[in-house]
Order: sequence, then C-alpha cells, then structure tokens
Amino acid sequence: MIWELIIEPFASFGFMRRALLGCVAIAIGATPVGVFLMLRRMSLTGDAMAHAILPGAAVGFLISGLSLGAMTIGGLIAGMLVALASGFVSRMTALKEDASLAAFYLISLALGVLIVSTRGSNVDLMHVLFGTVLALDNAALILLCSIASLSILTLAILFRPLVLECADPQFLRSVSKLSAVTHLTFLCLVVMNLVAGFHALGTLMAVGIMILPAAAARFWSASIGGLLGIAMLVAILSSITGLLLSYHHSLPSGPAIILVAGIAYALSVVFGPVGGLVAQNLPRRRLET
Amino acid sequence: MLSRRLLLSTVLAAATLPSTVYADEPIKVVATFSILGDMVNAIGGDAIELTTLVGPDGDAHVYQPTPQAAKAVSEADVLILNGLEFEGWLERLTEAASFDGKLVVATTGIDAIPFAEHDEDHDDHAEHGHDDHGDDHASHKDHDHSEHKHDDHDHAEHKHDEDHAGHDDHDHETQASHDDHDHEKHAGQDDHAGHDHGEFDPHAWQSIDNAMIYVDNIANGLAQADPDNASTFFTNRESYVAQLETLEAEIDAMMDTLPAEKRTVVTSHDAFRYFAQAYGLTFEAPQGLSTESEASAGDVAGLITQIREESISAVFVESITDNRLMEQIANETGAVIGGTLYSDALSDADGPASTYLEMMRYNAATISQALGS
Repeated sequence: MIWELIIEPFASFGFMRRALLGCVAIAIGATPVGVFLMLRRMSLTGDAMAHAILPGAAVGFLISGLSLGAMTIGGLIAGMLVALASGFVSRMTALKEDASLAAFYLISLALGVLIVSTRGSNVDLMHVLFGTVLALDNAALILLCSIASLSILTLAILFRPLVLECADPQFLRSVSKLSAVTHLTFLCLVVMNLVAGFHALGTLMAVGIMILPAAAARFWSASIGGLLGIAMLVAILSSITGLLLSYHHSLPSGPAIILVAGIAYALSVVFGPVGGLVAQNLPRRRLET
Repeated sequence: MLSRRLLLSTVLAAATLPSTVYADEPIKVVATFSILGDMVNAIGGDAIELTTLVGPDGDAHVYQPTPQAAKAVSEADVLILNGLEFEGWLERLTEAASFDGKLVVATTGIDAIPFAEHDEDHDDHAEHGHDDHGDDHASHKDHDHSEHKHDDHDHAEHKHDEDHAGHDDHDHETQASHDDHDHEKHAGQDDHAGHDHGEFDPHAWQSIDNAMIYVDNIANGLAQADPDNASTFFTNRESYVAQLETLEAEIDAMMDTLPAEKRTVVTSHDAFRYFAQAYGLTFEAPQGLSTESEASAGDVAGLITQIREESISAVFVESITDNRLMEQIANETGAVIGGTLYSDALSDADGPASTYLEMMRYNAATISQALGS
C-alpha cells in the first residue's frame, strides 16, 4: 500500500527521481531566501523579480534557442540589472524601494516583450519558459544543485547582517558599511533562485515555492532557525506530495506542487500555534495574556 | 471611397502588372496558419493576394495577433480558417478588425474525430478510431460532396476508384476493415461535425483525404468571392488534387511495409490522430492535445511504461513544441529520437517541410524509417 503510493513511483521512474532531486534543491536554496524576503516584508519583491527575469530568459532563448546556458545567463543579467538599478535608486534618491523596483521591472518586462515581438517568432515563449519539473536533464539538475549550494553558503556568510537588517535596518546602516552590500547580495540570491526555479517550475511558479513555505512556517516558529527549518521541510514535503498527486491523478506537476504548499499555508493559518487563527482566539490564551 | 479605392487599384494593377488579364486587383485573402496558407497559395496562385497570419514554425494554438494581422484581416475579401476551434483567437480578431468579407471554414464537411474517444482508452485507440471512421467513409463523403457541387465528376470518380485500389493492398492485413458497412451508419452524423465547437480534434489536415476536402472548400470559397477567376481556381485545384493523389499513393507504399507490431508512434503533442486513422497507426503523447496544457507525471509514467512493455523503438519530437520532455523519455526508455515531425506548422523555405505536400511526405518518411528500422 505505502510502497505503491509513495515509493514505487520514484523507484521505477527515473524522471520522478530527477523531479524530486530538482524540487529538493529548490526547496533548500529558495525557501531560506523566501523566509528572509518575508521577514523584510518584501514577499511581493519575489513576484516582481520573476517578471524581471522573464524577458532576459526570453532574449536568451531567441539568441540561441532552447539552451540552458543562454536562458540562465539572460535571466540572471536581466534580474541583476533590475535588482541593482532599483537598489541604487532607492538608496541614492528619495524614491522608496517598492516604487523603484516596480518601475524597473516594468521597464524590463516591456523591453523583453518588445524584443520578442520584433523577432516575430510565434513559438510560445511562455510555454518554453514555463519549464516542467518532469523534463530536468543532467545539465539542469547540476545547475539547480549548484545554485542551491551557492545560495546556502552565501546565506551562511551573510546570516548575521541579514538578520540584523530584518530586525533594524537603520541600526545596521549606522554601525556597518556592509548594509548596502548585504542588501544587493541578497537581491542577487533572489534572482539566482528564481532563475533556478524557472527551469523546474516555470518563472511564476518558482515564486510560489519560495514564498508559500516561508509564510506557512511563520505560524509554527518564532525563532529564525525554526522558521528556516520548517520552511524547508514544508517545501520538501509539498514537492513530494505534489509530485505524487501529479503521478497518481494526472495533474500538471508544477501547479500541483504549489497548490500543496498553498494548502500547507492555509492549514498553518488556521492551526498554527504561533499567531494562528485558532491559537489567537482560544479563550484560555486570552485569559493568560 | 469605393471608387477611389477602385481607381487606385486599377492604377496600381496597371503599373505593376502591365500584362495582367484580370479586370481588377487580385482579391485579398487571409489564411490563418502556414499549412492552410500553402494550400490557398496552391489554389489561388497569382490571382489572389495572400497573407498568412501564423507563419512557418509558429504555434497557431497560442498565437497573439499583431496590429498587422488585424490590418490584413480588416482589408481581406476572404478569410480562410481551419475551424474546429483550432484558431481560438480568431473570433476576437475578426470582431476587433471588423471583418466583413467571406469566411471560409476549410474543415467544412470533414468527418471530425471527437476528443473523448481518444482519452478514454489508449490501448484500443487505433482499432477503435479506424472502425468508426474508416478512410473509405471520408472518400465516399468527398465523392458525394463533389457530385453535389456539379463541378467535377471526373475527379471524384477517379479519386473514388483509386481509393479503393489503394485499400486493397494495404491496411487490410493489419486493421479490421469495417469500412463499408460503417459508411451508412455515419452518413447521417456528418451535419453535427462541422459546427460543434471544441469537441473535435482540429488537426484534420494530417490526412490527405481531408486535404482534398480542404482544397474543395478553398476553391469554392475563392470562386464565390471572385467569380471572374473561378476557372483558374478550379484548374489549380485539379492539378493540386493530382499531386495529392500521387502523394497518397507514395505514403501508402511507405506505410505498407510496416509490420503490425511496429505501428505505435510516440510524439510530444497529440496532433496526428487523422494521420493515425488514415494509415492504421497509433500515436501516443504525454501532453494532451493542445500545446497549451502542461504534462502530468501520471501521463509521462504511463507513456514510459507503455514504451517499455511494447518495446517501442523510437520517439519523435515536433517542430513547434518544447522537446526536453521527449528527450528525457527517450533517455529513460532507451528508445531513440526518431526525428522531427511537422504537425501544426510548415518549416521555413530551407527546411524539409516548406509546403503541405513536402510536410506530409517528410513526416511519413520519417515515421516509416524510424519504425521500419
């Protein structure tokens, strides 16, 4: 029973094992980034950055076809440019971060659509860009795992300034020159992980696996370590469940994974012990506090 | 306004085509995608001014119209589309461009294959499809259709005979032949095939019998819009139909050689149902019928299991879809990539499938080579 339901799909099909490995790599790389995005109230930044990446990847596709390298580099360049430019404007001028980011990603998106249209190819770019987790080849898996490793290492190095910037950005800015570096490096991490995610889940779904587990974890732990651990766990479990649902019920795999993460989030909102709906409205707790 | 346009056109025609035999400028015709455009070009020739909306290697399922497309549609005298919900974006486009010319649906009168039949049962697909809609049925219909129009008895007779001849030496060994008695049963159902939407597989051009209906519809549509050139259109149709018949004989010969147990083809987008039905093949695809849908792990696993169990030796990739998934399936099963098939779009002029005739010949050759080896 359990064998057939859970083990057998992975045991007998190589593409399921590849999909699982890809998802775990994304879960390990992207969800910690998502946790920090959430803590810095930048959850929607992920979405904006995903749009900023899209045209870069599209340009890469137009230049050299369906090449992993060209699409990755194109996406990275577009994403980094938007991140750096918006970071620069928000730090050097009166415009706030959200507005400058919105401005730059919209410019990037429009530019990308323009370039795609002038080339006149009608091959559905969205379809190409919406990679599927079922079609990960070796090169894509190596890329996903490399990005996850790099991301974890960078987060480990930047951990203290990042946490500090989440808690009190003004203080960090006053005591250390690292504030700007930390911020920009972090934005680069966001871009890298989104690029990794679009190979496996498609550009927009990649934001889902980044943000949803982080938001769910928020209801289970108040410590940063707890948040990171629980978010990764939620992401990995959602990936496995989503893949199995896709396998047993013939659902498209990317949306299945994200929807399972969404269900985990909804359950957390209701039953989470830290600020969840039930926990916050229990009479017993109200008396205690 | 009208007179000015007429004046302008006469001047233009006089300037650019001094030796022209036409009284006025060529009628403006818009075809929705490259395969249809190629057929229209073969029928219309120089007597029409053709614009094709979705060009070579383009995916007409998900096409986004440009202002130029809207302009072409608004100026067109004739708009030729595939129908069967293939061009989902067209209705909005004709409305937006306030098209008021003649609309020709190329699949009118075709015996469309419903979707559900395929989805229910993969294994029985070939026999099932063949029994229900035998080739002879389609050609009978074509025959009636032509006779009804009273324009060409000879062609219909000729084709009819040849079809029977072709059937005697193929298909009968590998497929149960219920062709003749099914004809009566289905004759009454023809009406609903044309105007029900979204229930039928639109890729009807993948069978040459259907292509003959396409060119009938195109020639009639053009002739109605431009009666002066009707004889040109019908003459062109004659020579094109002759080419189609030669091609059909060629493809029949290729498919004949395939053994019964090697008639399953795996491809990335389920667009070959009409081809499968015409030649007694089975096509399997991990992605549903349209390129718009995303593959599920269950479908991919089912396909891999099938490839392993039936020891299918080749999978095919397609010109218009993302082939990474097919490459993974090939890797995992040890099947080889048999080649690129052209389903919904022609290749550009340098490619192996720059016309409909070349495309059909190329696909058949690719399949028979890979399966026969």
